[in-house]
Amino acid sequence: MEGLIHQVISGIATGGIYASVALALVMIYQATHHINFAQGEMATFSTYIALTLINFGLPYWVAFFATLVISFVLGVVIERVLIRPMTNAPVLSAVGVFVGLLLIINSLSGWFFDYTIKQFPTPFPSQPMMGGYISGHELGSTGVTLAVLIAVYLFFRHTSLGLAMRAAALNPVSARLVGIRVGWMLALGWGLAAAIGAVAGCMVAPIVFLDPNMMSGILLYAFAGALLGGIDSPLGAVLGGFAVGVIENLGGAYIVGTELKLTLALVIIVAVLTVKPTGLMGRAVQSRV
Amino acid sequence: MPALLEAKDLHAAYGETKVLHGLDFTVEEGGVTALLGANGAGKTTTLRAICGMVRTSGQILLGGEPIQGSATEDIVRRGVAHVPDGRGTFMELTVEENMRLGSYTRRDTNVAADFDRMFGYFPRLKERFRQQAGTLSGGEQQMLAIARALLLRPRLLLLDEPSFGLAPLIVQDIFAILRRIRDSERVSVLLVEQNASLALAFAEDAYLLETGRIVVAGKAADISRDESIRRSYLGY
Repeated sequence: MEGLIHQVISGIATGGIYASVALALVMIYQATHHINFAQGEMATFSTYIALTLINFGLPYWVAFFATLVISFVLGVVIERVLIRPMTNAPVLSAVGVFVGLLLIINSLSGWFFDYTIKQFPTPFPSQPMMGGYISGHELGSTGVTLAVLIAVYLFFRHTSLGLAMRAAALNPVSARLVGIRVGWMLALGWGLAAAIGAVAGCMVAPIVFLDPNMMSGILLYAFAGALLGGIDSPLGAVLGGFAVGVIENLGGAYIVGTELKLTLALVIIVAVLTVKPTGLMGRAVQSRV
Repeated sequence: MPALLEAKDLHAAYGETKVLHGLDFTVEEGGVTALLGANGAGKTTTLRAICGMVRTSGQILLGGEPIQGSATEDIVRRGVAHVPDGRGTFMELTVEENMRLGSYTRRDTNVAADFDRMFGYFPRLKERFRQQAGTLSGGEQQMLAIARALLLRPRLLLLDEPSFGLAPLIVQDIFAILRRIRDSERVSVLLVEQNASLALAFAEDAYLLETGRIVVAGKAADISRDESIRRSYLGY
């Protein structure tokens, strides 16, 4: 029983990471109707920036928040320079750009920061917490991801900029007609998604260690979570991310073993697409013929 | 004093297909101008051209200043509110959020009072305030679209077929409210309608469009009295 509780709690901790990345995927999906395959590599690159700043001598939290700002700016730049011209392009061209972006950022990470596996510091105490069920880092990172998710929720729900960003993604034509600068809203969405990814990268790096491919598996889990909850539902994607974290941990511990854990993500993806393509909380898109 | 809106030799095209072939028209300050014509005459395109939503050539002056070639959101920010065909409702958002979006560009603090004024015109919106806009009826969505446009505090209101797809009784309601709005808001209106008798009874000036050209221009009252125009163009 103790083992089960431990597995669930640690599943929630990794689930928070998946939930953050899933949320970033959904934000860009809602605005562009594409999956940003490069989301994970962007997060890895951000984590390298954080490590560089920390090695430079900055205190952890200063480096952390500076990384969020830098990632935000990089996300905005990527949207304006690479994604904007794809607005009216055929689906396959856009997919090509996203895959290209994945490979380019992956190579840039390796080129700038080399391919060796690096340790990444945690700002949280190392001793176990809550009667040994959870490590200090797991507890701290769960707290941080929850804080980010709540902040993002409050931003989109209760600020007029957040409302304008939702309006721009849902109905760009009408958004322009109320004076919203739709192009900038989409760019801000990319910036925000990049910053959320940066948080996920910094929180997961102390556990999985930092290398240019750090996020590739995590992106797969996050994608599974987003699909499970519904790719067009931010809340669904977040809950899906947590669910995938728990399923992965329990499955890895009791059913398939650690070797096949990643396969579990693919099983979830295929199962969702077969049984309920819109996900648990997604809506079917109906278009008039 | 210049007209609020003046179009000179206005052309518009969707890709290779030319839709407007050199329109000249004006919308006077404080008045209602109607744009009439059959399906495909170019009425909706004219409104889109004013808002920079289609490729145009020629000149469009708002209060004497050229606006052609500007981005839609910039034209809107200069005081042009467009109630588009299909009403442009943000279906997934609530009525409240739709209305808040209408006042998005405003920095003044009178928005709450304006919300109350909109509830005065459209009590239904108050009842449905927290509801998802996609669940509203067609008439209610039309009301929401007009409220959203007025919340911009526009100088010029472009109305694209407010009667479209609505039951006759609801159309009467909406035009009664539009009259009240005309009398109490400081806004000029350019109205596109297929229902010519309705539009001519509401407007002071009118233009009749046929395949992208203006064929008749004049006072709405004169046009509705002219039997030959009525018979040959308006069909009633």
